[in-house]
Amino acid sequence: MKKAHLRAAFLDTIPVMAGYLFLGFGFGILLYQNGYGIGWALAMSLLVYAGSMQFVLVSLLSSGAGLISCALTTLLVNARHLFYGISMVDAYKGSGKKKPYLIFSLTDETYSLVSSHPAPEGMDRHSYCFVVSLLDQIYWVTGSVLGSAAGSLLPMDLQGVEFVLTALFVTIFVEQWLSTKNHMPAVIGVASTVVCLLIFGRDVFLIPSMALIAAILVMTRKAGRREEHG
Amino acid sequence: MDDRQAILSIGVVALVTIALRFLPFFIFGENRQTPPLIAYLGQVLPYAIMGMLVVYCLKDVSLTAAPFGLPELMGCAVVAALHVWKRNTLLSIGGGTVCYMLLIQFVFA
Repeated sequence: MKKAHLRAAFLDTIPVMAGYLFLGFGFGILLYQNGYGIGWALAMSLLVYAGSMQFVLVSLLSSGAGLISCALTTLLVNARHLFYGISMVDAYKGSGKKKPYLIFSLTDETYSLVSSHPAPEGMDRHSYCFVVSLLDQIYWVTGSVLGSAAGSLLPMDLQGVEFVLTALFVTIFVEQWLSTKNHMPAVIGVASTVVCLLIFGRDVFLIPSMALIAAILVMTRKAGRREEHG
Repeated sequence: MDDRQAILSIGVVALVTIALRFLPFFIFGENRQTPPLIAYLGQVLPYAIMGMLVVYCLKDVSLTAAPFGLPELMGCAVVAALHVWKRNTLLSIGGGTVCYMLLIQFVFA
């Protein structure tokens, strides 16, 4: 692999690096405050590797939740990963030995990069995605271990730092909005989710939201086709 | 919770997450042609999901109690404005986050 390619991939991951170091750090601190040290932070960030779910996992651990409620909560919070998989099925075809890790490491942020950034010229797309995925997990693990090590000695008041995740998604949303003429999918995504949040409440709205989004997208596809043919 | 239970809980969360990530790839395998509907969803879903994630991040904001979601609204507005202006991802995220932290620590404290 060429140095120039690695450099290009690295530059693309910088926003995620900032977000993951911040967020991972916050996660490490939270975990430490709940009585779980560096080893736990390392294990969770290596094996679970799902940003928001790891925050939820801390509260599951501290509340002494049972295994079934752990499984159900994960299903609810992480069901959106099904969508990432569906949209990367074609892109990851033929990626061979890299494939298991490419799939395992498909977090929100990694997905946002591999689904939207083209590989630098001359670089194999799968290698590019692999480097991006691996760098992202390194940032996340580093951040959470540092946060855990920092423990109680907070350098400053970090209240509000969790907003970095919201800011990341808003940025990608705006970037996508500016880069396409068809704003229907974006509007459908926001509107469906808001409607489901109002109807179902904040604990269980994600799965109905996804069902509604998929249903509307499928219906608008048929409508679009009819117009083409009619 | 003792360590054994904690390890089991982490294991369950990891397994469910891995299962969710791998499932689509098992269903629409390496050799099979991806159905047109799935290919279509693959194209339009990224836009819709990012909208969903933005709402998901803001789900705990209360519009009926002070400060009525104002810090979040202002934070998002700063992010969006910075991004439309400069289209520099790092600047948009960093500027918006710092702005939000200042707002909740000093203005709406």
